[in-house]
Amino acid sequence: MKHENDRKRTFLLITIPILALFICFNTIPLIRGAMYSFTNSRGFGSFEWVGFRNYADLFTDSRVGKSYLFTVKLALVTTIVVNVLSLILALGLNSKIRAKGFFRGAYFLPNILGSLVVGYIFNYFFTYILPALADMIGIESLRSSILSSPSRAWIGVMIVCAWQAIAMNTIIYISGLQTVPEDVYEAGGLDGATGWKRFRHLTFPLIIPFFSINMVLSVKNFLMVFDQIVALTKGGPSQSTESISYLIYNNGMAGGQFGFQSANAVVFFIVIVVISVAQMKFSSSKEEQL
Amino acid sequence: MKNTTSPGKSNTAVLILLILGLSTIAFPLYLTVVIAFKQPSEMTNSISGILSLPKTWSLNNFREAMEVTDFWNSLKNSLLISVLTVGLSIILHSLMGYALGRNKASSKFYNFVYLFIVSGMFVPFAILMMPLAKQTAEMGLANWFGVILLYVVFYMPMNIMLYSGYLVNIPLALEEAARVDGASTWRTYWSIIFPIMRPMHATVAVITALAVWNDVMTPLVIMAGTAQNTLPLAQLNFQSQFGTNYNLAFASYLLSLIPILVFYLVCQKQILNGVVNGAVK
Repeated sequence: MKHENDRKRTFLLITIPILALFICFNTIPLIRGAMYSFTNSRGFGSFEWVGFRNYADLFTDSRVGKSYLFTVKLALVTTIVVNVLSLILALGLNSKIRAKGFFRGAYFLPNILGSLVVGYIFNYFFTYILPALADMIGIESLRSSILSSPSRAWIGVMIVCAWQAIAMNTIIYISGLQTVPEDVYEAGGLDGATGWKRFRHLTFPLIIPFFSINMVLSVKNFLMVFDQIVALTKGGPSQSTESISYLIYNNGMAGGQFGFQSANAVVFFIVIVVISVAQMKFSSSKEEQL
Repeated sequence: MKNTTSPGKSNTAVLILLILGLSTIAFPLYLTVVIAFKQPSEMTNSISGILSLPKTWSLNNFREAMEVTDFWNSLKNSLLISVLTVGLSIILHSLMGYALGRNKASSKFYNFVYLFIVSGMFVPFAILMMPLAKQTAEMGLANWFGVILLYVVFYMPMNIMLYSGYLVNIPLALEEAARVDGASTWRTYWSIIFPIMRPMHATVAVITALAVWNDVMTPLVIMAGTAQNTLPLAQLNFQSQFGTNYNLAFASYLLSLIPILVFYLVCQKQILNGVVNGAVK
């Protein structure tokens, strides 16, 4: 009994202060953010309650709409590109090759580098190297920097996001491929499953849990893209690459739209929750089917 | 794709493709190194002018970049923040993971606290940043210490999930044996459970360290008023001072990448394991 009490008390003494810390720096700011979304606060000075006006304005604000379109487009395209390339790369890295350890280590390298600095390096590449290369080979359309074109700057952002994310997704796919037992292939080989057929019907179904992990990781990370935008485009040209996080930071922190961008952040939060939950539901039902 | 099992000539093709693919990773790094070592006068407009090796491998750019960006100070801040965050995370998150993991099956309260904290994973920084900027300023925490506290909170959901997941495999009998010997719960934790969770400490250390080291947004929002920088933040804040001197800028980029590159070279295996464990579990 004495031990029971000691155990209970110890667990409470651990839980309460750490929970308090979490509430203080996660729950309370979340609630405050939600409260500010109903005000016209500029981030300083006095403010008034404005009810749902910020939310009504959000849906008619073309800049916000544009940033959602850009962010969602970027997240979807990058997710597809990254997952296709990572899967191919993982299959290659999982095959019987020499210097496997070296290749795996080298292909993971982009993931450990800070995305801001990676963005700056690619900024230079897109601004000077790529146009110079295009000039040399004679590709007219790439002679000017893609980052200065409102219709193509997002491709630059996509490439930089993909360059780093492929490293992460590949390593997860490799660990998935390693869970596929050899005899599955042997049995499949007898049935005449080779190449694409074997991948489609044998390998892929077995690594679906890893596919789900990668989907959730990718979509969530790309929806929250920030560093790459700061380093590559600062949201431009003509606000064509303004991600939601960047817009909230830029206009909310410095642009005097504290209240309005708080409403934007609340909507963004709901979007993230809905997408994450839907993805997890979807992938767990997929896994059950198999 | 088709050679997972059959060794032979097709693997050579895979090998060649892998080497070609590696150039997409090597090229930006090569670019960074050569530009960082060159003098502005060597940067002609032609592609060969940019990509050729520097005439002399002088360290002048690095010396200047260190001065301009206050490199050592930023490095010190980055190290301080990363090391303390990792240390605090291992201590606090493993304790919390233990308390919640051992009780959430039998107690509604602990189960609720667990779900409450883990669902914090869905909260994007974007919604917290404006209130947190205000709050940390009000509390006198708009500095590196505040940044550490925030990291401990931000990575709590993920780490607690990892720790309590790992605890499932550690039999209760171990603790009960210690209890029979008269050890308190607190002592049992530190002498038995904490050491046994070592593989998870490594995973948590790796993913927390990588995330913290490279993070820009939190110090950008919280430490804006102090004259202090972390390494990535210094790149952002001194961007305008580089002007069009790309050699200086690239020397600074390279300097900021070197610590993490060294870390990766030394602990590659632990990092790969940690990252995979963190994502898959």
